[in-house]
Amino acid sequence: MRRVAVLGAGHTKFMFDSPQTEIEMLAEASMDAIRESNLKSKDIQAIFCGNVLGDFSEGQGMVQSYLADDIGCFNVPASKFEGACASATMAIRDAFMWVASGFYDIVLAGGTEKATAMGTSLATRTFAMFGDSRYEYPAGFTFPGVFGMLAHLYSDQYKVPLKKLKEQMALVSVQSHYYGKDNPNAQFRKEITVEQVLKGFMVTSPLQLLDCCPFSDGAAAIVLASEDIAKKLVAKPVYIAGVGQASAGKISSQYKYLPRIRSREISVKQAYDMAGLGPRDIDVCELHDCFSIAGIIAAEGLGFAEFGKGGELWEKGETKIGGKIPINISGGLKSKGHPIGATGASQVYEIAHQLRGELKDQGRQVEGAKVGLVDTLGGDGTIINLILKVD
Amino acid sequence: MEYTLDFKTYNDALKKNKLLGLKCSSCRTYTCPPKMTCQECAATNLEIVEMSGKGQIRTFTQTFVAPQGRECEAPYTIVLVELDEGPWVAGNLIDIDPDKINMDLIGKKVKLGHKVFPGDQYSAGAAARPLFSFLSEGVK
Repeated sequence: MRRVAVLGAGHTKFMFDSPQTEIEMLAEASMDAIRESNLKSKDIQAIFCGNVLGDFSEGQGMVQSYLADDIGCFNVPASKFEGACASATMAIRDAFMWVASGFYDIVLAGGTEKATAMGTSLATRTFAMFGDSRYEYPAGFTFPGVFGMLAHLYSDQYKVPLKKLKEQMALVSVQSHYYGKDNPNAQFRKEITVEQVLKGFMVTSPLQLLDCCPFSDGAAAIVLASEDIAKKLVAKPVYIAGVGQASAGKISSQYKYLPRIRSREISVKQAYDMAGLGPRDIDVCELHDCFSIAGIIAAEGLGFAEFGKGGELWEKGETKIGGKIPINISGGLKSKGHPIGATGASQVYEIAHQLRGELKDQGRQVEGAKVGLVDTLGGDGTIINLILKVD
Repeated sequence: MEYTLDFKTYNDALKKNKLLGLKCSSCRTYTCPPKMTCQECAATNLEIVEMSGKGQIRTFTQTFVAPQGRECEAPYTIVLVELDEGPWVAGNLIDIDPDKINMDLIGKKVKLGHKVFPGDQYSAGAAARPLFSFLSEGVK
């Protein structure tokens, strides 16, 4: 396999009620990525696209094909990847492998979503389709519901009193908003307090409104190319040093490991081993904080804290810039927003900018960051991890 | 290869308050709800067994924001129950004052009943789910 680099990257503003279509959002992000790579549409040999609920949100399936045509990548192979909230990361991992193998030299990968068009009620229904429809949905499962159960299980298993855990969870959301306020692409650009989180209405116990990421519209895209091409086109290629992916069954069937997500531990080990790195080598991380408790569980699964102690990272400020492991300096899913088909590409966009040192103007630069980790969760346990690195 | 225990058979039994599972002839692990293979060792020599339907609550959530079409059910309580035979199943909890749903639920012994979700336009029909209630009186 040969080395593969991220060249240009594009990102729309994440928002509620975007006036644009899913294809328009992804087309804008894609053209920005192509131009920043000093390429033209005709140079793209294949497209790898994340999109989850285009059919429900605007009656549009097969967005990848219309995207290709819209941006002038006429007749290139365009494939869609569906891994619920991890769809774009899944697309990027596959795009990476096709370039690493030598089959393609230059490809486009990204994702798009327009979830707010569904409204909360239908969106809650359709997001629940990524749990088990036959054996779990009949009991009224929702996505927040799964993480509400994980929070209670976490409290019981690790003997962290629920009141203390709730405060730790609140700090996850508070930090996300602290950094998200400085991210021009973020959906919410205002700070919140622990008191506000703990006063929010109950969505599904113990998760209150501000423990939950929003429904969002938006798109992000990146161009991937082989090392030799990348070096000719851009000043600072960001290499994909390791990738991992694992699947899992319905949440009840994962009972031997919960609240640990075993698929995450398997996936991130693949990525660490491939890169020849470990948790201590990661300078900055974007992880899947769809719910505050999910951020804590993810930090532990990725190796940044002992099991049952993830919340202490946020308590001690270790997750901030200057801390042991800066996490979600973009604002994370909570503040930046979570257009599910686009989220993984947005995470890669953020890490690429961190590693290129381009976030000083926004006041969110992790100084000297050379290695970044992406973690994305889809459904009950589809996990994809990517390790990015600059020389 | 045919399923030893498919959804329809499982669902029809649950509607009669019978919880069916699979016992692995190789590793003795119980799989419930059913799958094609043993959830521990992936073996296919499985035997259909009727589970006791008894177990303890391992975790729960009380849901206030329901999916489309199910708003009238909220608030409702979802539980993951560890069956006496080992596996965890998802269901709802009844017979409890909504104001008394707290961490004390974890570890409480429950027994199985059922309730049918009539289905919606996306669900390809109805499906029963376990409806748990406390095994002994006086713990409400």
